[in-house]
Amino acid sequence: MLQGITSEAFILGCSAIGAGLAMIAGIGPGIGQGNAAARAAEAVGRQPEAQADITRTMLLGQAVAETTGIYGLVIAIILLFVRPLLTAYLNLGL
Amino acid sequence: MKIEFTLNIFGKSIFIPDTIVNVYLVVIILLVLAAIVNKKVKQASADEKPSNFLNVIELAVEAVQNLVKQTMGAKHLRFAPFIFSLMAFLLFANLFGLLGFTPPTSDYSVTLTLALITFTLTQFYGLKNNGILGYLKGFTEPMAFLTPLNVIGELANPISLSFRLFGNILSGVIIMGLLYQALGLIAPIITPPLHAYFDLFSGVLQTFIFSMLTMIFIGGNLD
Repeated sequence: MLQGITSEAFILGCSAIGAGLAMIAGIGPGIGQGNAAARAAEAVGRQPEAQADITRTMLLGQAVAETTGIYGLVIAIILLFVRPLLTAYLNLGL
Repeated sequence: MKIEFTLNIFGKSIFIPDTIVNVYLVVIILLVLAAIVNKKVKQASADEKPSNFLNVIELAVEAVQNLVKQTMGAKHLRFAPFIFSLMAFLLFANLFGLLGFTPPTSDYSVTLTLALITFTLTQFYGLKNNGILGYLKGFTEPMAFLTPLNVIGELANPISLSFRLFGNILSGVIIMGLLYQALGLIAPIITPPLHAYFDLFSGVLQTFIFSMLTMIFIGGNLD
C-alpha cells in the first residue's frame, strides 16, 4: 500500500496528522474559557454594578487558561510550516 | 504589501523578513504621532478647553493611568508611560494587519523581545526590593525542595507571555491567508466580519492582556 510514496511525502503527511492531533489541546481551554464566561455572566447578573471589574478579571483568567491551547497551536504550526522532522530526515543523509 | 530584502554584511547575506520592516514602520508612525502630540500639547493653553485630537489623547492617557493605579497601586504611577508606550506599540502592531501588511507581532522575535523586557523588569524589581538574599530566598518558598519548580515557573512566564501573543496573532494571519486562498473571488464578501474578529477584536484584546499581565508581573515584585 505504501509503495510509490517517497519518504519525504510520507514524513510530510505524518507531520500534518501530528499537527491535527496537536490541536486536540484546544478542547481544554475551550471548556475552561466557557466555564469562566459562564461564571462571569452569573456574577454580572448578581452584581451588575461591578461589571467592569468582572469583565477584566474574566478576560485575564481566560488569557491564562488559553496558554495550553496556544502551546498546542504553536506545535501544530511548527510541524506544518517549519517541518523539523523533514529537516531531520534530510540531515540523516540516507 | 510585502517589503523584504537581503542585507549583505561582511560577506554574509542576512534575510530581513517583512515583519521586521513593519516593526520599523510602526515605530516611525508612533514617533511621528508622538512629535505631533508633543507640539500640540505645548501650543495648547491650560485655560481653554482642549481640541478634539488632544481630548482623545487625554482620554487614553487617563485610562492607562487609572489602570496602572488599580493594578499596581497609586504610588507606582511612574510605570504609566512604559505601559502606555507598550500598549501603543502593541495596538498599532496588531492592527497593522488591517492595512494589508503582515502584523509585526506574528514574528516570534518581536513578541519574545517584548516578553523579555517584562521579564527583565520583573527580575530587576524583585532584586531591588528584596535584596539578593531575599530574592534567592523567594525561590525556596514554601518549601526548599520546591526550588526547581519555582525556577521553572519563573522562566515559563516570558515564554507563555510571548507565545500567547504570537499564537493568537499568527493563527489569525494563517486562517485569513487560508480563507483568501480558498474563497478566491468571493473572498471580499465573506472575509470582512472575520477581519473584525481576528484583527480588530483579537488584536485589541491581546494588547490589553499583554499589558495587564506585564503590570501584574511587575506589580507582584514591587513592595
